[in-house]
Amino acid sequence: MTPQTEEDLSDLIKDAQGPLSIQGGGTRSYAHVAGDKVDMRAMSGITLYEPGAMTIVAKAGTPLSEINAALAAENQRLAFEPMDHRALLGSTGEPTIGGIVAANISGPRRISVGACRDFLLGVRFVDGAGNIVKNGGRVMKNVTGYDLVKLMSGAYGTLGVLTEVSLKVLPNVAQTGCVMLHGLNDTQAIKAMSAALGSPFEVTGAAHLPQSMQGDPITMIRIEGFDASVKYRADRLRDLLKPFGDTTLQIGETEDGSGTEKGWEWVRDVSAFSDQPGDVWRISVKPSDAADIVAKLVATAVQYDWGGGLIWALTDGGDLRTKLGDFKGHATRIRGAGDAPVFHPEPTPIATISAGLRAKFDPRNILNRGLMA
Amino acid sequence: MEMPAPNASVLSRKDQIVSRLQAVLPANAVISDVAETRAYECDALTAYRCPPLCAVLPANTAEVAAVMKICHDMGVPVVPRGSGTSLAGGALPTADCVILGVAKMNAVIETNYPDRYITVQTGRTNLSVTGAVEEDGFFYAPDPSSQLACAIAGNIAMNSGGAHCLKYGVTTNNLLGVTMVMMDGSVVEIGGAHMDAGGLDLLGIICGSEGQLGIVTEATLRILPKPEGARPVLMGYDSNEVAGQVVTDIIKAGVLPVAIEFMDRPCIEATEAFAKAGYPMCEALLIVEVEGSDAEIDAQLALIMEIAAQHNPVELREAKSADEAARIWLGRKSAFGAMGQINDYMCLDGTIPVSQLPYVLRRIGEMSKEYGLGVGNVFHAGDGNMHPLILFDANKPGDLELCEAFGADILKLCVEVGGCLTGEHGVGIEKRDLMHTQYDPVDLEAQMAIKDVFDPAWLLNAAKVFPLDSSEARRAAGGH
Repeated sequence: MTPQTEEDLSDLIKDAQGPLSIQGGGTRSYAHVAGDKVDMRAMSGITLYEPGAMTIVAKAGTPLSEINAALAAENQRLAFEPMDHRALLGSTGEPTIGGIVAANISGPRRISVGACRDFLLGVRFVDGAGNIVKNGGRVMKNVTGYDLVKLMSGAYGTLGVLTEVSLKVLPNVAQTGCVMLHGLNDTQAIKAMSAALGSPFEVTGAAHLPQSMQGDPITMIRIEGFDASVKYRADRLRDLLKPFGDTTLQIGETEDGSGTEKGWEWVRDVSAFSDQPGDVWRISVKPSDAADIVAKLVATAVQYDWGGGLIWALTDGGDLRTKLGDFKGHATRIRGAGDAPVFHPEPTPIATISAGLRAKFDPRNILNRGLMA
Repeated sequence: MEMPAPNASVLSRKDQIVSRLQAVLPANAVISDVAETRAYECDALTAYRCPPLCAVLPANTAEVAAVMKICHDMGVPVVPRGSGTSLAGGALPTADCVILGVAKMNAVIETNYPDRYITVQTGRTNLSVTGAVEEDGFFYAPDPSSQLACAIAGNIAMNSGGAHCLKYGVTTNNLLGVTMVMMDGSVVEIGGAHMDAGGLDLLGIICGSEGQLGIVTEATLRILPKPEGARPVLMGYDSNEVAGQVVTDIIKAGVLPVAIEFMDRPCIEATEAFAKAGYPMCEALLIVEVEGSDAEIDAQLALIMEIAAQHNPVELREAKSADEAARIWLGRKSAFGAMGQINDYMCLDGTIPVSQLPYVLRRIGEMSKEYGLGVGNVFHAGDGNMHPLILFDANKPGDLELCEAFGADILKLCVEVGGCLTGEHGVGIEKRDLMHTQYDPVDLEAQMAIKDVFDPAWLLNAAKVFPLDSSEARRAAGGH
């Protein structure tokens, strides 16, 4: 089923006899979601772009590539740096902005500027009863009524099907630099990243790869801005990080295309795991807990992003959570199958609230049934 | 402003209610004497007052839970109160309510610099959160003008902003976790010290829900390293249109200042008379502030000054010292006080797309003549969050009503050009009945459905946010 308009979608949902599986570009398909497929790609196109107000509004099925191209033409960008799942999941198709917003997909820059949900200004959606609802708008500050905007981001289409989203965008940066430390163990690396993130030098990415492309551990600290600024801050960071060992610095792009941008795409897309077999998990914890968590995992490989606050783990199957027991944070399975729930089971009081919200927004439980809970 | 009639059954049970509350709280934490409850009769929207049934000042989550359970069991409405600085009437009591004040709950529970967060009890004031970490080089970013007095609890309820949110975001972008007491007295933990809470974004919905979903007793907040330095420039222009264009051009040029503040002539005149900051007399004045090291600030300001100079400024002044920087900010920071010297005022906070600034300012000027009431504009221009200050005389019969009608027209204009009713103050009672302007009934239903889940009997701050006609059936079903 391919709705062309909000009204189409509303009719389709009202008339549905069974569950519906909502899809954008299909780059993150969830095999366990049963139901008739609703293909959102026909509802596509940028409806408003005001570079001077740093806002863009687009229909949910708009390809990310189309949005990126429009922004690039005005020297702007989506600052939350959404991950491209295709290589990791072996999927094809074009990521859509609706899919990105529905799953709150946010990359390494989340540590400094915020997640997708922090840039989301407004939504239009159709709920499980077929009601067409709007919330928020296209201005940067808005506390008019409840913030359903954030609720819809990260609800994976289970509370309503997004039809249009409005996002804050930011200026592109003139230059990117990356300060690197080599050979650190996980605990040292997280301390080094915390030191960098606790400095005034505006770090916009902090990742640690126990196995880099070259094999050795590498810790990467990103800075962005005007040329002179990047050079200055890189020097100050290198001084600051001296206690952790020798640093190297890369600024901008190299001729062989292995520059800073590629390096951070590699981190963002967890490319290290894409040609290795096994399940992939995404674990959110506070950075200083991360190394202990990883020690318990017995993972094939791991990668740290967000200064240690985001762990990517490659495992040979099974429910990774059983190894962790009760911990402060949550684990989501991004690749792989099995009986373990994809999303982290919620404690009873929270699960009760979530179930209450689902019952209100999707009373027949037809939208992406069973995806989140 | 209409408020629902108090529930007679609750009023008649005052003694029982008070004695049950006294049984779970220390003696000085229950205020039921009629004279003493007057201290809680209003917030900063002082035009509306109503003493509550009683007020309670619990000291921790367990005491809050005990109060909520009693109120839930006895069907008593609860109105939460931070420091009472709401400009929207968010903490206005009803005669049949228990005011639950968090003022005694002001402890720092944990500070963690490696993971960059602080956990506090929510009665702590905004500025004292920064106060707890600034010696170690950190700060809490949201900075509402009332930050000396306002509590984190109220900041979370209203999703408060401030002058520097162009760069750092508002409360919701800096909130990592909460401990919240539900209306039935149960306690939930949402999020934590990790960056993204799992499951549905409940933190996102709680922040900005105006105390209608639960009482947040503890909050984990993101703290940031202080920038090396900051410096403002001041620029004056002879028309609002040109100043609006300068704002757009700065944003498009790829510099992202931490603040872009705007003042119009009525406000400049009032401020000069009051604070003597040495502002130029012109139609529109901008204060633009950037952060970084000295060299970085120089580079950013050079670019900003170049853009500013292209638009024939009346004045272009860069702060060369801390003292000059303070003088540039002096007028802006005393603007509200200065307007208050002239007359009573009502402060609005509609937000508009930045591109609509010149048009909206012109229309406000025209409406000011039609209504015969003066208005000054001082606001956060970078994010389009306007603060028109409408002057009126509270002692003159009919003037408040005239002022409210003028304010409503301005807010309708904000919505008409693609903006919203409130950018950072909240709806409260002040904008409650204008919600129909921005939202269709189906949109309001979706929002009210959330409250149904958290507070099925609609006991918590129920007469706020939603137009009374929209929420009537739900409130009636809850018995009030």
